[in-house]
Amino acid sequence: MSFAQKHAWTLGLVALFLVLLGITKLVQPTFGASGLESLARAALPFAFATAAMAVVVIVGGIDLSVASIMAVCAVTAAVLMESMGAVPAVLITLAMGLGMGMINGALIVLTKVPDIVVTLAMLFVWEGTALLILNAPGGTVADGLQSAIAGSFLVDGLPNALIVMAFAIAIVWIPLKRSKLGLSIYAVGSSELAAFRSGVAVGRTKIAAYGICGLFCAMGGLSLIMLTGIGEPVPGPYLLASVAAVVLGGVVLGGGIGGLLGPIIAVFILRIIRTILTLAAVDPNVTTIIEGTIMVGVVMFGAVLMMRRRST
Amino acid sequence: MSMIDQTDQAEVESTPLHVRIGRFMGDYPVIPLIILLGCLVGVLEFMRPGIISPFWLGNTIKFAIPLAMLAACQMLTMLTAGIDLSAAVVATVSAFVVASVTPLYGPFAGVMIALGAAVLVGLVNGFGVGVARVHPLIMTLGTGLIATGCLQVYQRFVINTGADIPDFLEWLGTGRTAGMPNGLFLFVPFAAAILLGLRYTGFGRLLFALGSNEHAAKLSGVRSWQVFMALYALVGLIAGITGLLYVGMIRAPSLSLANPLLLPSVAAAVIGGTSIFGGRGSYAGTIVGALILTVIGTLLTLLQMPQGARVVFFGLIILGVTALYVRLTENR
Repeated sequence: MSFAQKHAWTLGLVALFLVLLGITKLVQPTFGASGLESLARAALPFAFATAAMAVVVIVGGIDLSVASIMAVCAVTAAVLMESMGAVPAVLITLAMGLGMGMINGALIVLTKVPDIVVTLAMLFVWEGTALLILNAPGGTVADGLQSAIAGSFLVDGLPNALIVMAFAIAIVWIPLKRSKLGLSIYAVGSSELAAFRSGVAVGRTKIAAYGICGLFCAMGGLSLIMLTGIGEPVPGPYLLASVAAVVLGGVVLGGGIGGLLGPIIAVFILRIIRTILTLAAVDPNVTTIIEGTIMVGVVMFGAVLMMRRRST
Repeated sequence: MSMIDQTDQAEVESTPLHVRIGRFMGDYPVIPLIILLGCLVGVLEFMRPGIISPFWLGNTIKFAIPLAMLAACQMLTMLTAGIDLSAAVVATVSAFVVASVTPLYGPFAGVMIALGAAVLVGLVNGFGVGVARVHPLIMTLGTGLIATGCLQVYQRFVINTGADIPDFLEWLGTGRTAGMPNGLFLFVPFAAAILLGLRYTGFGRLLFALGSNEHAAKLSGVRSWQVFMALYALVGLIAGITGLLYVGMIRAPSLSLANPLLLPSVAAAVIGGTSIFGGRGSYAGTIVGALILTVIGTLLTLLQMPQGARVVFFGLIILGVTALYVRLTENR
C-alpha cells in the first residue's frame, strides 16, 4: 500500500481544510494571521477532547464522560492556582485527569458493564464532582498560562495555540504509538479475542487507554481555563463535538483503525466551517443545521466509500 | 428430549445456588428490578415515614411516564444494537410545534404537524442507519443537531403567534382520575402495545433477530433496511407522542424542554436489562427502570445534599445497579 493510499482519508481531510481556508479568504479577504489565531484558540478544547475520545475509540470503547472530566480538571486547576504556582497546579491536574480516566477504565474492566453505560454513569459522577469542587464559576489562572496560547512566535503566522496543542498531544501520542502499549491498544481495538490470545493484557491495555483519554481531558480542561481565565463547573458541548470529529477524522467506531492526526484536522474543519458561516453573516441557528448536515453527510459518504472498497 | 431433560436436571442439582439464582434472574430480569424498586421505596419510607401515600404514588408514576416512553425509544433501537440520541430533541420539537401551531390552526392540525415532524426525523434516521449504514450513534446525534437548529430557526418565525397548549394535552399531562395521573390513559395502551407487539408480531421478532445476528437475519430473507426505516420512524413517532404528553405536563414549551430526559432515558433502558449490543431486552424491565430512576430522584432530593453530591450519587447508583445486574446474569 502506498503512502497516499494508506493516508487517503487524512489527505482528503487536509485538502478539504485547505479548500475551506480558501473559501474563508474569499468570504473575508482580510482573514489572516489573527483570524487563524482565534480559530486555533477556539479549537483548542475541542482538539483535546477529540484526542481523548479518539484514543478510547481506537481501543474499541467510547467515553461519554470526556466533557465532565474536562470540567473537573478545569475547576481543580483554577482552585489550585489560587494557592500555588502554575507548574505544580498543572502537574496535579494532569495527574488527576489520568487518575479519573483510569478509574473509568478500571470500572469498565472490573464490572464488565458495557463502556457506554459505565461512562454514561461516570458522566454524572464527574459532573457532580466538579460542582462539589467549585459550586459557581470561580478560581483563577496564572498569568503566564493565559499568554502562552495568545499571539504567535517562532514562525510568524503560525498561532501559538496550535503549537502548544501539537506539542502537548505529540509528546504523549508519538512515543505511545511506537511503544508496546500503543501496539496493544490497536490490537485490542481490532479484535479483543485475538489480542488476548496473542498474549496482550487486554484489561490493563484498556485501563491505560482510558487513562490517556483522561490525560488529554486534563489538557482540555487546562486549555478551557486558559481561554476563559476562570473555572467553570458545568461541562461544555465537547462530548458530541468530539464524537463527530473522531468519526469524521477516519477513526472507526468499534476500534482498531485510525490515528489522532485525522480527528484533529477534522476539529479544525468543523471549526472553520463555523468561522466561514459567521463571516458570511449566516444566522447562527442555521449554522447549527449546516454543521449537523455536514457531519451526517460526510460520515454517510465515508460509509459508502468503505462499502465500495469492500465490494471491489 | 428425555436426554435433555435429564442433563438439565443433573445440572440443576450440581450447580451452586448463586448460579441458579443468576439463571433465574437472567430468565426473568424484571424480578430483581422490582425487588430493587421495593428496597428503594423502603429506604424512602424509612427516611421520611409517612411519605408513601396514594398521592406520592400518583406523582411518581406521573413523572416516570414520559421517561418510560422516551426509554422505549432507546430500548427498541437497542434491540437492533442501535441507540436514538435524537429522541429527546424530537420530543422537544413536537412539543414546541404543537404549542405554536395550535393558536393558528387548532389543536388537531397542531398534533398532526408535530407528529409529522417527529416521524420525518425518524425516517431520516432510518435512512441513515438502514440504507447508508451510518453508525446509529452518529446518525441520531447528527439529526438531533439538525433538528435543534431547525427548531431555533422555526422559533424566529412563530415568536409572535404565542403559544397555546391544547386542553386535552393539559388534561392528559396534569389531570388526575381517582388519584392516578391521566397520563396512564395514554401509557397503559402504549405499554401494552409495545409489550405484546414485541412478543407476538413479526416486526417485534424481526427486531430481536436483527439485533442478535444481522447477517443471519439477512440470509434468512429479512430486508434489513425496511425494518430499520420502520423502526426509526416508529421510534420518532413515540418520541413525538412523549413530547406532546410532556408539554401538557410542564405547560411551558421551550427550546430544550425534554432534552434533560435524554441521558436518563438511556439509563432507564440499560437498568431495565436491555443490552446495548442488541438482541436482548424487555419493555417491562424498562418501565421498572424508569420508576427506579424516578424514585432515586426523589430520594436524592430528600437527602438535602448539595447539588454536586446528588449528581454523583445518581451516577454511582446507575453504575451500581447495572454492575450488579451484569454480575447476577453473567453465569447463565
